[in-house]
Amino acid sequence: MPVPILKQGDILIASVQEAMSDSDLALLRDDLTSRIGEFHSLGVMIDVSTVDVLDSFATRTLLDIAENSRLRGAKMVIVGIQPPVAIAMVKLGLILDGIPTAHDLEDGIELMRRNVGKSRQRDR
Amino acid sequence: MLERAASVTDDAITIPIEGDADIVAARLKSRQLAKQVGFTGTDLVLIATAISEITRNIVCYATGGQMTLTAVTEGRRRGITFVMRDQGPGISDVQQAMRDGFSTGKSLGLGLPGARRLMDDFQIVSSAGQGTTVTMSKWLR
Ligand SMILES: Nc1ncnc2c1ncn2[C@@H]1O[C@H](COP(=O)(O)OP(=O)(O)O)[C@@H](O)[C@H]1O
Ligand SMILES: [Mg+2]
Repeated sequence: MPVPILKQGDILIASVQEAMSDSDLALLRDDLTSRIGEFHSLGVMIDVSTVDVLDSFATRTLLDIAENSRLRGAKMVIVGIQPPVAIAMVKLGLILDGIPTAHDLEDGIELMRRNVGKSRQRDR
Repeated sequence: MLERAASVTDDAITIPIEGDADIVAARLKSRQLAKQVGFTGTDLVLIATAISEITRNIVCYATGGQMTLTAVTEGRRRGITFVMRDQGPGISDVQQAMRDGFSTGKSLGLGLPGARRLMDDFQIVSSAGQGTTVTMSKWLR
């Protein structure tokens, strides 16, 4: 099941579904990377609030998306990591190094607006 | 031989692990059975995450295999046991494979050591040319 990507102004929002396969995730990574270029997006927000497993492949893919976004001039925020998922990630030894996270979509958009605002000011 | 509490197995399900979609199915099935056994909340997530890692290894490093899920009652404790078996190339140095960060697949190398931390019991039997069998259990507290 491919992940729908919503465009909200400068921001792309992807809501990852519960039963995501590795190839769905890889497809999301590639789709997001090309959409950033297409729409000149400044931010990428990934909502994982309905996801009940973030294992090493998923985390690796999220890190790749963050890096691809950065290279294309956009910032990534992950929102909605559920507490049990965070516990499992820590036990696995996974670290989402350097990726900002937010509690929910609303907080994520807020954080994104602040970040995007900052990079806009720098551009001037 | 060691005296062992008789183990009673109620439900045993075996599912094939051959591709991408089977990893997702294995996560769902393990969660379902764990729930029936009585696991809740965080434990369900820990179990599904461990299953995801080990079944992915079968898909990535072997051509295919099976997972058997069993609800177990051993003496007074109740839990769930997973046996994941493949007929792939096997692992020549299991100790090395169990190390955090070791990977021959350019991935994070956390699947095997991480799954051991996520579960209560973890055993891996493998050697070159012999395939790999991972057996892991979680017990209700
Ligand atoms: N079922 C398997 N068959 C053959 N080799 C395996 C299997 N599972 C794991 N391995 C080997 O052990 C290494 C470590 O596995 P793991 O800890 O899951 O990390 P990763 O999958 O990121 O490499 C793998 O890179 C691979 O070489
Ligand atoms: Mg692995």
